Amino acid sequence: MLSLAVASSSVKKGESLRDTIATVDALGIDAVVLRHKSSGAAVQVSRFVPHVRVINGGDGLHQHPTQGLLDVFTVRQILANRAGALGSETGGELFKGLKVLIVGDIRHSRVARSDIAAYTALGAEVRVAAPGTLLPSDLTGWPVTVVENFEEALAWADVIGLLRLQQERGTGAFVPSLSEFTATFGLTTERAAVLDPTTIILHPGPMNRGVEIDSLVADRDNAFMTRQVTNGVPVRMAVLYLSIAGSKELA
Amino acid sequence: MTLLLRGGTVVGPTATHIADVLIRDGRIAAVGQNLDATGAEIIDASGCWVGPALVDIHTHLREPGREEAETIESGANAGVLGGYGALVAMPNTEPALDNVALVSYALAQGAKTRLDVAVAGAITVGRQGESLAPIAEMAALGVRLFTDDGTGVQNPAVMRRALQYAAPLGVRLAQHCEDEALAAGGVMNEGAVSARLGLVGRPALAEELMVMRDIELLRTTGGRLHFLHLSTARSLALVQAAKAQGLDVTSEIAPHHFILSEESCEGFDAHFKVHPPLRTPSDVLALRAALLDGGVDAVATDHAPHAPELKDLPFDEAPAGMLGLEHAAALTLEVLRDDPVAFFQVLSRGPARIAQLRAIDNAPDGSAHGGDVVAGEVANLVVLDPHERWYVDKNALASRATNTPYHGRELHGKVRATIVRGRLVMNEGELQ
Repeated sequence: MLSLAVASSSVKKGESLRDTIATVDALGIDAVVLRHKSSGAAVQVSRFVPHVRVINGGDGLHQHPTQGLLDVFTVRQILANRAGALGSETGGELFKGLKVLIVGDIRHSRVARSDIAAYTALGAEVRVAAPGTLLPSDLTGWPVTVVENFEEALAWADVIGLLRLQQERGTGAFVPSLSEFTATFGLTTERAAVLDPTTIILHPGPMNRGVEIDSLVADRDNAFMTRQVTNGVPVRMAVLYLSIAGSKELA
Repeated sequence: MTLLLRGGTVVGPTATHIADVLIRDGRIAAVGQNLDATGAEIIDASGCWVGPALVDIHTHLREPGREEAETIESGANAGVLGGYGALVAMPNTEPALDNVALVSYALAQGAKTRLDVAVAGAITVGRQGESLAPIAEMAALGVRLFTDDGTGVQNPAVMRRALQYAAPLGVRLAQHCEDEALAAGGVMNEGAVSARLGLVGRPALAEELMVMRDIELLRTTGGRLHFLHLSTARSLALVQAAKAQGLDVTSEIAPHHFILSEESCEGFDAHFKVHPPLRTPSDVLALRAALLDGGVDAVATDHAPHAPELKDLPFDEAPAGMLGLEHAAALTLEVLRDDPVAFFQVLSRGPARIAQLRAIDNAPDGSAHGGDVVAGEVANLVVLDPHERWYVDKNALASRATNTPYHGRELHGKVRATIVRGRLVMNEGELQ
């Protein structure tokens, strides 16, 4: 296990992605977990070192596959538990017809792209809610519908996935102000009052408390942010194990 | 040197016929049947097209400033391999070609190469879009095209002033149409594909709004305006409409915009990153239709060499642009294989008119391009086999750079010989 942070590596000295990965490869690695600010970086690296297993740990605005996996893993765990079963026993069946609402900065979110793929692959229905500027420029081909009434969608949902407003990506310019975003698309205490007590609330973190979600809501029993973090460990262990071992049978 | 091109299909401005072409002392001496070849080097042109050497009005030669990617000499060699007899060097070098000294340098370097190098001067100082460059002084050196290409002149007041200034000088301004405020940060065409890939988009609207703006500016100023690398169906329609209204507007399209679409960006390979970006498949079809029905004046390469390490950067960080000179003819044949007259119209005669390189434009020193293939014309000619099959190999290019998006692609149609001012400068893939 080799950890490389940009701040302490030659990337800071202007080394190209190809050279960085070639250097790491020369140390003798079987797999690389890459988190990168540029969309497509993991795909590019897989071309540069085709003999190395590349695990996408999040690339730009594109995909965050392990987050998508751990989110559906968490939902399955909760639903199975409520049904008095183990997740491994229920498989994906509890997702059939499950109503999932994803809220916030869809446009700039790699988590949204992976979550939508994961939920719909398992049979859930996904709707998205966001200001017009934070929706993708073109949703053609996305298996989602855009909600017209946020309050109604909140009441409709079995699962609410909130997204971080990514101010470091210049999201600030896409809404007039954070307080206006909160007023229109925040999961405030007032809005949360209409939720069914069983509605699952998720957030990939780090949360902007008071922006996407009020603290009181974030700390409710049906908000599972810390469970998401916990589940990230076994899910990512499984991804590493399966990809390096090469097959399910060997695992 | 006496050359005889034996038995080719001679492509004139309106029709073709099979004939020998005899070249002597830099000019076409005779065109006819069974010409006497005594003392001449004979090139068997049977099955080939013989037409005016190609003219590229949109070449980035990178010298001065980026010689690791291309030099005027290496770019010229790429040109003659691609069938070109003349290139117009774009001014977005480092520093920009925005004054007499730098333009003179580029022209002098160009004069040492195998083909004719013309220069496009910058419209504004340093291509900064603020104050006018010395357009009249550069025009006195023979510069006939002016552009800030790389980006367009963003400020409409500056563009209007430039058009007003250029109009009486008889030169043509050429615009890279993209409103940078709308295109801000974009790295590929904005649409369903960019949304899925998580890449920031450059909307078609950014191009089309500037096309609209500049047509309206030209309507008030008069003068001549050329639209560089148009990439959308709407842009082409706008320019066609302006032309029908009598405005002196011309247009070019680049091979990558009618060969490749935005779907090529799926693999995040920066070799497919270019400005304006690769567009939708329906735009590609519209550009092809325009080639077939005369809806564009020129095919221009936008040959844009970049060092390999820069194209290995992540997609959003890599520079935009791709090579074009060595494959443009074969790629254009994919659309115009059945129409040699149209082929030479868009790759030689049309661009020569736009850049004022023809005999009737008073081209200097008998270096006229884009003419007819008849006795007396300057012998700037190309011989190409419209069917020969070959494969693009990025490691076998004359360009110093390797950033072709076509590596491995099967091409049909190959340039066999290029003749500049009567001299055989390329024969069967070998520089002479």
